[in-house]
Amino acid sequence: MSSSDDYEALSRTDHAPGDEPAARHEIAEGIVGYLIGLGLAILLTAVSFFIAGTFLVWRPSIPIALVVLAIAQIGVHLVFFLHITTGPDNVNNILALAFGVLIVFLLIIGSLWIMYNLNQNMGPMPMG
Amino acid sequence: MTAFQAGADFGDGRREETHGPRPEAILDHADPAAKRIIAGYGFWIFLLSDIIMFSAFFATYAVLSGETAGGPSGKDLFNLHNVAIETACLLLSSFTCGVAAIGARAHNGLMYYGGMAATCVLGLGFLAIEIHEFTGMIAQGAGPTRSAFLSAFFTLVGCHGVHVTLGTLWLLTMIAQVFAKGYRADILRRVLCFALFWHTLDIIWVAIFTVVYLLGAGA
Repeated sequence: MSSSDDYEALSRTDHAPGDEPAARHEIAEGIVGYLIGLGLAILLTAVSFFIAGTFLVWRPSIPIALVVLAIAQIGVHLVFFLHITTGPDNVNNILALAFGVLIVFLLIIGSLWIMYNLNQNMGPMPMG
Repeated sequence: MTAFQAGADFGDGRREETHGPRPEAILDHADPAAKRIIAGYGFWIFLLSDIIMFSAFFATYAVLSGETAGGPSGKDLFNLHNVAIETACLLLSSFTCGVAAIGARAHNGLMYYGGMAATCVLGLGFLAIEIHEFTGMIAQGAGPTRSAFLSAFFTLVGCHGVHVTLGTLWLLTMIAQVFAKGYRADILRRVLCFALFWHTLDIIWVAIFTVVYLLGAGA
């Protein structure tokens, strides 16, 4: 099967993760897509690095701001680099991603929650 | 649901009437997906399981990040200037990897080989800075055996570094395979999977520079 056959199939069935959207056949359009992604990623990264060292904002808010910026940047990477979209040809990719995100959150939030609780309930250990 | 379940075929042309879609309507959608879609989807599942493995290392790091055992903390060790250069390397390499993917699709040698070569150079630049950082930390007595914090740090960041190393080897393999075998459909599927792998490493790095370096250096 030639690759052009593969691209024909792409437009009428599912979308392979990582592939350009089927409508975007021109080389220039593809490069513009990656450039937009690169620009947004650089912007979000620059804001993250700036915020981490600044005293212009209320310091206790910085960890939350950094996490929000990171999640936004991961979204930019997923859309512009991995071409995971919300289109009907992407349902399988999105469902797999949603399940992965669920497990990731269970693992991280669950671990932090349990370990914090254990630390609270455990008295200071005798040294030596 | 197969055609046989939708309506009993008596074998002599008569067909038992059933509710629901006609068997022909089901068969219209029964053509198998293109191999490129199946390969990409399967590799996407693998990448998500890889991300889940990384999330376990992230959870470990988050729990242990304060346990320095009297040794150096992230604030003492991390050089955000180097981290910014590492981040720039990986972000630009994601773009050049995208250019290479477009070149592979368009059978454009300049874009494919140029993009892959740039991705390789940027990946090696990232690895050089990371190895320099690791050897510097070990030289000043802040190796993975110093504290629980440093064990978790070297496991998490080192695991990403191993992924980048393997990705660079895969990248060189794909340059050689396209050079030797041309833009065949099976080779292009491997290029697709490689590009997915490389972009996913960039996503994991976004989480690392935020959680490990920026939060660690600021806290």
